[in-house]
Amino acid sequence: METPCGAVPRAKTSLSTRDKLGTLRARVGVIRNRYNLNPGLYCVGSPRDQSPVLVTANYKLSFDSLRQELSTIDAWILVVDTRGINVWCAAGKGTFSDDEIAMQVQKTRLSDIVAHRELILPQFAAPGVASYKLKKKCGFKARFGPIRAVDLLEYLSNGQHADEKMRTVTFTFGERLILTPVEIYLFWKPFLFITLAILVLSGLGPDFYSISTAINRGMFAIGATIVAMLTGALVTPVFLPWIPGRQFWWKGALAGSLTGFGYIILNNALFTTVEAFSLWSWIVAGTSYLAMNFTGATPYTSLSGVKKEMQQGLPVQCGVTFLALLLWLASPFIS
Amino acid sequence: MKDFRYIDNTAILKLSQESCIGCGNCVTVCPHRVFELHGKKAEIIDPNGCMECGACATNCPVTAIYVNPDDGCGCAAYIINSWISKLRGEISSKCC
Repeated sequence: METPCGAVPRAKTSLSTRDKLGTLRARVGVIRNRYNLNPGLYCVGSPRDQSPVLVTANYKLSFDSLRQELSTIDAWILVVDTRGINVWCAAGKGTFSDDEIAMQVQKTRLSDIVAHRELILPQFAAPGVASYKLKKKCGFKARFGPIRAVDLLEYLSNGQHADEKMRTVTFTFGERLILTPVEIYLFWKPFLFITLAILVLSGLGPDFYSISTAINRGMFAIGATIVAMLTGALVTPVFLPWIPGRQFWWKGALAGSLTGFGYIILNNALFTTVEAFSLWSWIVAGTSYLAMNFTGATPYTSLSGVKKEMQQGLPVQCGVTFLALLLWLASPFIS
Repeated sequence: MKDFRYIDNTAILKLSQESCIGCGNCVTVCPHRVFELHGKKAEIIDPNGCMECGACATNCPVTAIYVNPDDGCGCAAYIINSWISKLRGEISSKCC
């Protein structure tokens, strides 16, 4: 679209197949760290000089979820450079800041394009953006819109008023489920390393080292690792509110004891009691750690709280892992 | 978010009512609705709901709010990395 300051790209308000594929790959984690778009001014519909200016991050998922909600209005979208990180995380890290917004406002010559002097920011930008400083820095007053882009139209038609619900963060079943693929994907390197370690350790026995024993016993330990991974990075996040306790290492340990018990029962005939106890301990410790790591993805855990629970959880996890290892190494000699 | 509660009495959040001018910015930006405006002063009504995101402190024009300033996304891997870096005397900026 043509403006006094040159052409402004018009964004579609529906996602193409390519966008959807990109969303999928970002959600799984493959392209999560490089799924960005150029910062600058965009538009939806045919905005005029009185149309609202909505600010967002240059993470493509942020931009996509915003533009999808704007099919019925004309608006400007100011995309600031957050190095491809989403709004909330970028604000927390300080890249989504008042300085950065002011810079983009000047760079795009926004004051020559719109007649009003107001920006609408996502509420999640607030950790990094001091709205009261923006007017001095770039001449534009900032207002915090709702948390979720879904509520934007209602917010705009409501005289820019966000009710309590729009201002409160949620963590629904779907919102938790969608975070789990990345949790699992990010674990592939440690998993490879653990698999190698298992194959080395499982072959040790009275005959020093046997490859066939390594594979036979190793299979069960690798299976147990997968159970721990799925319980810690998928089951615990999804069933989070229904698992008793508040600390994540504890929730994970509890979930892991159950799935670990299931794994032992299912394969009961195939290994000794010592091995069973070792595998169960390994699942409990692994699940506990992965569940504890999920604190970084939730919208309600404080850093002070996470540090506190790590001081309790880590020693337990290390101790139980050590026990599992000891029993695993000892079992060929005992039986 | 009354259905998700984290560890009580842990989050570091302080409000100086003496300095508060009652602008209501903290009430607006808090995603856990920790603040309420009573008369011309903000009040912390749910201290255990705080997740230390820092939105209130950033947007307080009179710096009446103090939130744990430690930077971090709050995931275990990040904290372990930062602990290891600290032991080695490096500054870590790596995140998960």
